[in-house]
Amino acid sequence: MTMKFNLFRKKEKHNLPTYFKEYQESILKTQKLPIAETRFIVFDTETTGFSHKTDRVLSIGAVAVINNTINVNDSFEVYVKQQIFKAETVPIHGILKEGRIDKITELAALKLFLKYINNAVLVGHHINFDVQMINEILKRNKLPKLLNKTIDTGYLFKKSKHIVYQIEEKNYTLDNLSDELNISKSDRHTASGDAYITAIAFLKILSRLNTNDTLKFRDLLKN
Amino acid sequence: MKNTIAERVFDFLKDFPPFNLLSKSKVLEIASEVKIIYLEKGKVLFNQNDTNHNHFYVVRNDGISLYKNSENEKTLIDTCDGGDVFGLRPLISKENYLLDAIANEESIVYGIPITIFETEIENNIKVNKYLITSFASKSFDPYTSEQNNNVFTDYITKDNLATTNLHSVNYTKKPLKCSVKSTIKEAAIKMSTQKIGCIVVVDEACMPIGIITNSDIKNKIATGLFPIDASVKKIMSSPVITQSKNLTVLDAQLQMIKHNVGHLCITEDGTSNSKLIGILTNHDVLASLGNNPTVILKEIKRAKKIKEIRNTRNKANQLLKSYLEQNIPLSHISKIISEINDGVTIRVIELSLKKMDTPPPVEFSWLALGSQGRKEQLLYTDQDNALIFEDVDKNQLEETKNYFLKLAGHITKYLHKIGYEYCPAEMMASNPKWCLSLTEWKNQFNNWIINVDEKAILLSSIFFDYNHIYGKSSMAKELTKSIFKTLNERNLLFMYLGKEAIASPSPLGFFKQFLVENNGDKKDSFNIKKRALMPLINAARLLVLSKNISEINNTAQRFERLAELEPQNKELYQSCSYAFKALLKFKTKQGILHNDSGKFIQLESLTKEEKLKLKRTFKPIREIQEVLSVRFNLKA
Repeated sequence: MTMKFNLFRKKEKHNLPTYFKEYQESILKTQKLPIAETRFIVFDTETTGFSHKTDRVLSIGAVAVINNTINVNDSFEVYVKQQIFKAETVPIHGILKEGRIDKITELAALKLFLKYINNAVLVGHHINFDVQMINEILKRNKLPKLLNKTIDTGYLFKKSKHIVYQIEEKNYTLDNLSDELNISKSDRHTASGDAYITAIAFLKILSRLNTNDTLKFRDLLKN
Repeated sequence: MKNTIAERVFDFLKDFPPFNLLSKSKVLEIASEVKIIYLEKGKVLFNQNDTNHNHFYVVRNDGISLYKNSENEKTLIDTCDGGDVFGLRPLISKENYLLDAIANEESIVYGIPITIFETEIENNIKVNKYLITSFASKSFDPYTSEQNNNVFTDYITKDNLATTNLHSVNYTKKPLKCSVKSTIKEAAIKMSTQKIGCIVVVDEACMPIGIITNSDIKNKIATGLFPIDASVKKIMSSPVITQSKNLTVLDAQLQMIKHNVGHLCITEDGTSNSKLIGILTNHDVLASLGNNPTVILKEIKRAKKIKEIRNTRNKANQLLKSYLEQNIPLSHISKIISEINDGVTIRVIELSLKKMDTPPPVEFSWLALGSQGRKEQLLYTDQDNALIFEDVDKNQLEETKNYFLKLAGHITKYLHKIGYEYCPAEMMASNPKWCLSLTEWKNQFNNWIINVDEKAILLSSIFFDYNHIYGKSSMAKELTKSIFKTLNERNLLFMYLGKEAIASPSPLGFFKQFLVENNGDKKDSFNIKKRALMPLINAARLLVLSKNISEINNTAQRFERLAELEPQNKELYQSCSYAFKALLKFKTKQGILHNDSGKFIQLESLTKEEKLKLKRTFKPIREIQEVLSVRFNLKA
């Protein structure tokens, strides 16, 4: 029984494509770094809807943040060809089925994304949804789930507020954050635009949390 | 691949200088390499003395303050808002930062990579100019002007490097030389009469074997190491570094650095075994590098012909133009240009003295009057000058006066040749009325002060702004003393001067329109000198005279001094000083534009913004006139 299990594991590992193995290895090699040196990837997906089972990713946008700085040349933006198309969400994300933007296949997008994020810490607003959407892509390609650590700016924002103003049930939208943190909302509802707004929100929240310079990485994670 | 973020960075940058001067594709290229930096309030982006970053910065949101640290003080130099560029030092020089950049609010700045930008600034003159302007305006700290002199040379060389470096150098074709058999004294006399700092020692075949410079004389003779009748061989530096005549500026600089010398000998075939044909000094190299006030002054001092002075003085006009375009503070500009104007006058007097058959019978002092006396002469304007000579016996007075009138005739003619127009009112030392002995001058002033009449006032007011240029300065000082003594006895003069100061009413009419000339060929143009500058000049002069302050002639400086003396009127005096500088700059710019004195301004040629700016400077004029009429009882 044990033998059989091992064999099965080995076989599975063996079947993993190179790009995923490389991704796995980079995660294994992750070192503990102070916040200032950590590479954060702030990302957002635009989808055909809110169901991770039936909806599909239309685009992924991401920016890298290291030491309070966003390097524009280290950003990520892809548009994905999908068979599933819902006319009712077009007014939100503005991506047409046969638009003028260059689109790539879901698999190609996945490969590029894994190579881009590597072992970075993923940051997103209500990130669980976006991670789930990526995991569904992985699943459709018979691959395991994402392995990166994740930070949710929705959670972090709530945490940065004074205890008196923390409303447990309240679900802060990215618009709420933009308003409260005074961030311009241009490009809202494009994956890259939302990723950028989230990144600025993330930096602003970090500085609010780091009032006495003692903020540690583990304080950012949900426990 | 689409990059939304780079596009947004592009959208922002494209509207702000210097990016609005670049092509769209270049801005996009830059935008996709930008660093977006988030700074919490109080966060330091760079500190004074930090080594240069690979980026310069543009404020995206909120603000960055720039501070200068000195001793225990931290002075705010500038605050940058959205779209402002800062941290330009790495683009311009390799020195460390001279300012602190600190976020005064939670801010976002864009870091622009210098490597991508650099190719652009070398080829794009407008961009270059813009950056230098911002750089200069931020590095200038009005209170520590002297330290910033290097700013000038910084960019002037950079500006010229690309084009001049590969030109061949202009060397001195007739170098001063002496034979190996000469004594040190003989060599030194040659150097001193020719006013040249180095002499080449040559053998019988005129091949260079050594060189003697001022510092050799200072270090080896004046210290007593060698007697002055020793052979030149004792103190010359030998062998000399030789080069052929087709040397480029860059090569010449390299050779000087490599051999650690300030002089290169130019020979027929470039070796020391051929005839000496010229010499190249450090100064020649600097001069090839372009407009530099020090070089201009040196050239003027060495000029042998009026034509040379004129050409060099014209270079100063180029310098003036570029300073104005780069928004260098007017107080700096006028200091430099006044130095040059004074230098021109001094050299002209020296050359005129050579033309006279005999040296002057007694000592004299040459005074600059009017705008040159106030150190406010930026463009060529009329010459206003006067001459004081030492008192002589009555029977020699006429002869002495004739000598100085003749001398002054040469001087004013030469100045005219260089570009300074004759004074239409003939207020020049070549006029017998303005070429007087010290006692005559004292009497003249006393007469003006005691028996005031309004015409004399106009004549005399110009004399209260004199500046000693050449000769015996103690005479000018004595005259000043005598004037103040008489002034203290009488104060009627102040009333007359005051009347003159308020004679030109505010430059704006009842409906806030400009008061323009209503006749003559300048009809409908605005006389900025008469209506705006003169009221301020007159007010400043009257106020300092009434406070017995001598030795400050410059109008802006006079107001600044008054602000110190009368704290209750500090704000008004400071705004007068500011308005004066702004108006003078305006007039100078107009003068450059129309190639005249800039006195008359065609109002329709001004933009709305310029008109508003002008009007703003008029406010202190009215206020200062009110102060004068109360203080000197002028309304009565």
